[in-house]
Amino acid sequence: MKLIMEVSNLIIPLFILYILLFGMTKKVKVYDAFIKGAKDGLLIVYNLAPTLIGLLVGTGVLRESGALNGLANLLTPFGEFFKVPKEIIPLMVVKLFSGSAATGLLLDIYHTFGPDSYIGTLASILMSCTETVLYCMSVYFMSVNVSKTRWTLAGGLLSTLAGLIMSVVLATVMQ
Amino acid sequence: MLEGIGLVKKVFTMLNYLWAGMIIIGVVFGIFTGKTSEVSESFLSSSKEAISLCITMAGVVAMWSGIMEIAKESGLTNALSRKMKPLIGFLFPNIPKDDIANEYIATNMMANILGLGWAATPSGLLAMKELNRLNGGKETASNEMCIFLVINISSLQLIPINIIAYRMQYGSANPAEIIAPAIVATLASTFVAVIFCLIMRKRGMAK
Repeated sequence: MKLIMEVSNLIIPLFILYILLFGMTKKVKVYDAFIKGAKDGLLIVYNLAPTLIGLLVGTGVLRESGALNGLANLLTPFGEFFKVPKEIIPLMVVKLFSGSAATGLLLDIYHTFGPDSYIGTLASILMSCTETVLYCMSVYFMSVNVSKTRWTLAGGLLSTLAGLIMSVVLATVMQ
Repeated sequence: MLEGIGLVKKVFTMLNYLWAGMIIIGVVFGIFTGKTSEVSESFLSSSKEAISLCITMAGVVAMWSGIMEIAKESGLTNALSRKMKPLIGFLFPNIPKDDIANEYIATNMMANILGLGWAATPSGLLAMKELNRLNGGKETASNEMCIFLVINISSLQLIPINIIAYRMQYGSANPAEIIAPAIVATLASTFVAVIFCLIMRKRGMAK
């Protein structure tokens, strides 16, 4: 447990150190490059802000009205079947379609349970190891007019399931 | 290409209904359960919450993009993409060795691993275009397309920087704590995806 934390805490500093030293050996003006990249990063967040406002309002209204809780209660049997908290099921399903909508639900879980709770940890790992299966498939396949996608969906769902199982195992270990 | 745009539009239309549905259900449900003041309050507090989240995000994402720009300008991302060659050869043995498709696939996968989503999509679309050419423009996906997408969908991003930023904003005692487990889970889901692809490829060839 403590080891996981130590390793996690080392990854970002070592990663940054490596990139910085690599850049310096290649004689890159590292600070200039950093400033340029940081500007691009700010633009990304600027473009993300409207989406976040929209989706946080959507999930916020759903939560405060009690509807989100009602929906989660409806899904309790599924949750029990897969041995996951009921709030994780809508998160998982929405993530297949839309990354930003899933972010809305993730933040709602943080808001309600806290990011360090079991469910918060589980949701964090789950969101880190899964992708928007249906969204990716439609964008990529449609860009080349392929309509018969064969076993792509099965593979995508299988790896998502593997991610879900691993997230439950790891979050349980971390508690 | 037009159809592709049409489908992207469809996905966004779906999000339109999803979003409208969330608000309509929320308001109607709130009226029936007598929680109108909470609902009213949440319209205002949620939008405020979104902006304070963006302020945390802005710092983290800008810092990360800055570091990644150094990696890009020093040629590190390209060098890493080249290192993917053997792996690409293993996953896609039927693509000719010096075909440009290999390069796009490598760029796309490396961008995904490093979490550069905005750099991953263009190279991913180019990779699909080349795979389509190799497939003779058929309507049915080739093995290579399926493998490329399943692995893409299995999530490759190693450091989930935005999740860390979200955790930070919501008061996590150690936002970075989930990095190691996230890497393990990502590797596991990708491993399952690769095994699945290898099995399906073999079955496809046996036919």
